[in-house]
Amino acid sequence: MASDMCFSAVMQRKNAIMKASIGIDYSDFETGGIAFDYEAMMRETGYSLKEMKKIQREAGVGSTPLLEMRNLTHLSRKMAGKPGKGARIFVKDEASNPSGSFKDRRAANAVYHAKRLGYGGVVAATSGNYGAAVASQAAINGLNCIIVQECYDSQGAGQPEIIEKARRCEAYGAEVVQLTVGPELFLTFLSILEDTGYFNASLYSPFGIAGVETLGFELVEQTRELTGRIPDMVVCTHAGGGNLTGTARGLLAAGAKDTTVVGASVNLKGLHMASDRQFNRKSFTTGHTGFGIPFATKPDRSDVPRSAARVLRYMDRYVTVNQGEVFYMTEALARLEGLERGPAGNTSLAAAFSLAQELDEDQILVVQETEYTGAGKHVQAQLTFAKKQGVQIGFGDPKDEVVGESIVLPEGPHLIRAVDVDLDRLRRSYIRNACQEAQCNGVSDQDVVFLAAETRTTQTFVREMLNELTAT
Amino acid sequence: MRQARAGDWVRIYRKVISAEERSPQIPDDTRATELGMWVKGTIQADGDIGDHVEVVTTIGRRVSGKLIEVNPCYELDFGEFRRDLLDIGTQVRGLLKNEVETDGK
Repeated sequence: MASDMCFSAVMQRKNAIMKASIGIDYSDFETGGIAFDYEAMMRETGYSLKEMKKIQREAGVGSTPLLEMRNLTHLSRKMAGKPGKGARIFVKDEASNPSGSFKDRRAANAVYHAKRLGYGGVVAATSGNYGAAVASQAAINGLNCIIVQECYDSQGAGQPEIIEKARRCEAYGAEVVQLTVGPELFLTFLSILEDTGYFNASLYSPFGIAGVETLGFELVEQTRELTGRIPDMVVCTHAGGGNLTGTARGLLAAGAKDTTVVGASVNLKGLHMASDRQFNRKSFTTGHTGFGIPFATKPDRSDVPRSAARVLRYMDRYVTVNQGEVFYMTEALARLEGLERGPAGNTSLAAAFSLAQELDEDQILVVQETEYTGAGKHVQAQLTFAKKQGVQIGFGDPKDEVVGESIVLPEGPHLIRAVDVDLDRLRRSYIRNACQEAQCNGVSDQDVVFLAAETRTTQTFVREMLNELTAT
Repeated sequence: MRQARAGDWVRIYRKVISAEERSPQIPDDTRATELGMWVKGTIQADGDIGDHVEVVTTIGRRVSGKLIEVNPCYELDFGEFRRDLLDIGTQVRGLLKNEVETDGK
């Protein structure tokens, strides 16, 4: 690889590298202002839902079971404390995918596309399950694969969850490049793309996001088959936004227009994601607010010029849960439903346990993912690691959890509470960021229409917000 | 005998960016450290731990860096026994005891 990377030199070539490595000229969709044509960009995938289903089926991806959590539903009804409350909870067992998570759906499409375009290999920058998914799909398609991970702090202490994912990638034959903490990972990533000429299997490409649409579509079909209803609520773990965006688009494609779409993240408020010292003070490496909030309010911060993951377009509610609550639910899932699954994937389940209590007994709530578990990527391993980092662990009220200092396991399931994030605050923040990013003097009518669509608000809301911004 | 023979599977470390050259936008604690990188591959010539060596990765890329480990293995585990997790299991079973038994009948 190019050893001596000069930050500015590589960054200057960024657009050219991106264009060559993903086969999309993003400037085709730009208007010159804040707005760009999102739907046109999504059409650029060139795959219909039917085609995506076929690609995924041939790669062994998708058609995962939808399981009813009867015992968790019982427990949630007991906690609701009001007769008639407590929706039926279902879980889409995405751990059944080849590499153990819903990320196979994103990877199947991206790798298929890379092969079709004639690339010799794929590269992805990810510390999450997506790496294993891309590596697995690359193995199926006979392509080379490089995964670039942020993995260690400067003392060489690695998050057990990330190290396990590296192991999985290597098991599928991928080369894993592991780095210390810091956003300059992007430089290494760009440099590898440039040197190899491989495909950028970005998490945020239109192919990647469209790959998740099958998940939303399937879960509606399955819910209908099992219950005769469409889901009243779907809860998606939210980090970079692709999971929620793709699922919500799939729900719409299946006609589930009235389903409430909820994003759920682990609350990591106060931790800086680029801090070397704080890197190992958290027990969740994804599905947390450290990604969830910045990616909601400024989606175009990833490894492609325009992200296809734009959650504010689709999210009806956004809630957070604490680390201790997710660990508790992971244990409850094993003990009550016989499903041992990875903690990070249970973020939405912890939120769902609380949200179900707001709904009526005949309503249906679907948790749209689970993920695999194993050595390192397991509650016990992660609590052990947290303790070694000096984090206090004990029972109490999860609302007293101090991120980076403590993990509070709820004393009882009645203390598990999904906490709402003010979506209007995020929408305002989005509009502010969009204006700053564009360094615009004036916002055109086209931009206002775009911002209203992006934030799922009205042109009036956007104009009021813009007036506020000008006033301050 | 050298610690690694040509053809051995090894792990190397290299500095990608020195502390002085790091991005100005990152937190101070991170800026005080270098950006480091670890890669595994087949070593191309005999060498000892600490030597600057060249490896070829699984997909055939040549990368050079400091040799740090020969035959690197995974040391992941399930951590220590946690009483609290056992207690959570007992608690949720206890809360549902009647319901679960009723369902079974």
